Amino acid sequence: MQKIITGKVFVYGANIDTDQIYSGRFLELTDAEDVGKHAMEGVDPAFVREFRPGDIIVASTNFGCGSSREQAAITLKVRGIGAILADSFGRIFYRNAINLGIPLIVCPLIHKMVKKGDLLKVDLTTGQVTNEVTGAKAQAQPLSDYVLKILESGGIKELIRRQIASPA
Amino acid sequence: MHAIEKILAQAAGKGTVITGEIVNCQVDLGEVNDLYLQTVRSFFEMGGEKVFDPQKLVFMMDHYSPASTIQQAENQKQFREFCRDQNIPMLFDVDQGVCHQVMVDRGLVYPGMVLVATDSHTTTHGAFGAFGTGVGATDMAVIMITGKLWFRIPEVIHFHLEGKLSKGVMAKDVILKIIGDLGADYGVYKVIDFTGPLLKTLSVSARMTLCNMTTEMGAKASYIQPDDITLEFIRDRVKHDFEIFSTDAGYSYAAEHTYDVSNLKPQLAAPHSVDNVHPLEEFIGRPVQQAFLGTCTGGRVEDLAVAARILKGKKVHQGTRFLVVPASKAVLLEAMAKGIMQTLVEAGATFVTPGCAACLGTHQGILAEGETCITASSRNFPGRMGHPKAEIFVGSPAAVAAAAVEGKIADPAKYLD
Repeated sequence: MQKIITGKVFVYGANIDTDQIYSGRFLELTDAEDVGKHAMEGVDPAFVREFRPGDIIVASTNFGCGSSREQAAITLKVRGIGAILADSFGRIFYRNAINLGIPLIVCPLIHKMVKKGDLLKVDLTTGQVTNEVTGAKAQAQPLSDYVLKILESGGIKELIRRQIASPA
Repeated sequence: MHAIEKILAQAAGKGTVITGEIVNCQVDLGEVNDLYLQTVRSFFEMGGEKVFDPQKLVFMMDHYSPASTIQQAENQKQFREFCRDQNIPMLFDVDQGVCHQVMVDRGLVYPGMVLVATDSHTTTHGAFGAFGTGVGATDMAVIMITGKLWFRIPEVIHFHLEGKLSKGVMAKDVILKIIGDLGADYGVYKVIDFTGPLLKTLSVSARMTLCNMTTEMGAKASYIQPDDITLEFIRDRVKHDFEIFSTDAGYSYAAEHTYDVSNLKPQLAAPHSVDNVHPLEEFIGRPVQQAFLGTCTGGRVEDLAVAARILKGKKVHQGTRFLVVPASKAVLLEAMAKGIMQTLVEAGATFVTPGCAACLGTHQGILAEGETCITASSRNFPGRMGHPKAEIFVGSPAAVAAAAVEGKIADPAKYLD
């Protein structure tokens, strides 16, 4: 797991639901590359064009609320997302993203500390978040031990693979 | 401990649990729907060979019932092959309806169980005193391999419901009012527990609607303490042994609210957020091109029956499409036996195969740009039912039927004398 993540931020508001992150119209697609083509289409049509691997999403409350679709996390994973920071997350999206190895950081009021294009540095072990453009700092909530274990394994699939290979 | 904590403690093989603790729980039933072939893919990607117990898994062909593209058909075909190869008997195909209703119809949902499904509206099953929660495809694949899943023991928010519903007001209006007051993120990660005298006047169907919509405030699960109404409903359906848990006196809730619904009026969630809730009367006269009655939120017999009462002897307004989607085959059969379907179709309703239909904007009633829809389903996110510039109002089945009659938003009470 990369412990320090630095990326350019894309900023969004409250209650960005999974229909906006990945429209129901495309749920039948099964290949990751196809799923990746429609990231954030419902909220930001320019996202796929502008987003670069390693970039970071910052949002207000309840990012990823709504449907259980894992495609909402997969589509961002395929785009190469570095991390997502928000005041809070929809709970199924939170699990889905962590399972795929995407760092999700709960950091109250983070969306007020950045604007689109700022460079953000996130230390996953200490929870320290720094806006490299303005110098503003914030302290994120620490990741739970189990979540860290999943991220350190590179996602839940690798963790389960290892469990199957050597049962406790 | 709260009853929900006792359910999770027992499933984790522990005597006690505390809020915030991470536990690994045995899952009593895992349900997979046809939106997520990724479930099967993740199963194999993690090295899965045989599912932990073929009797504890249900596969539902409900979101694409029946398939409307080649890709959907291919995905469903692969699910059927998976069930055949894994000897999973409970494959409910495209004739059956929405997962949450079908599982209840089939007696698969009982108090005290841990029910996990690849569908966010699994909170519905709190209506039976079960722990029901939604997950994504890879979490479900973990269950398919290990029979277990990790959970954080959640905080519980208590809603005490008092009073009696007025004419034309339904359980849907109660939960919309709550979501509007408190916001779409009020219940994130938490359990919503309903108690109070209002519940004694609510059928299992209405309780399911209440619990179903807690998802729209972010809840992880919901809970209603099983009572005579619950037991009467499940008596002839459920064959599985079950244990009813109850909450200890003195349990400390994260928050407590009391709602007296006596003066509550019909409510609508206006575009484009489920917490943008206002009294329906603020929107009276607004033209609607589509009225949508159905889904796991609002497609049960009681919902179709109130629509039939409103439409009896009337016609659906010209220029308005009235889509009726019974939540399941059992609902459809009962609605036919009671003459409800006859009334609705004669009035001009378009009958759609039981399933999720247009609720999530995949097929069977997609909205065009600039159109307005009133729906008994759960969500009005931008683009949810089709074009991002379509407008969706979420309301009760009665409000949907009244709008179908007038071709515009109307107070259902005047049709229910």
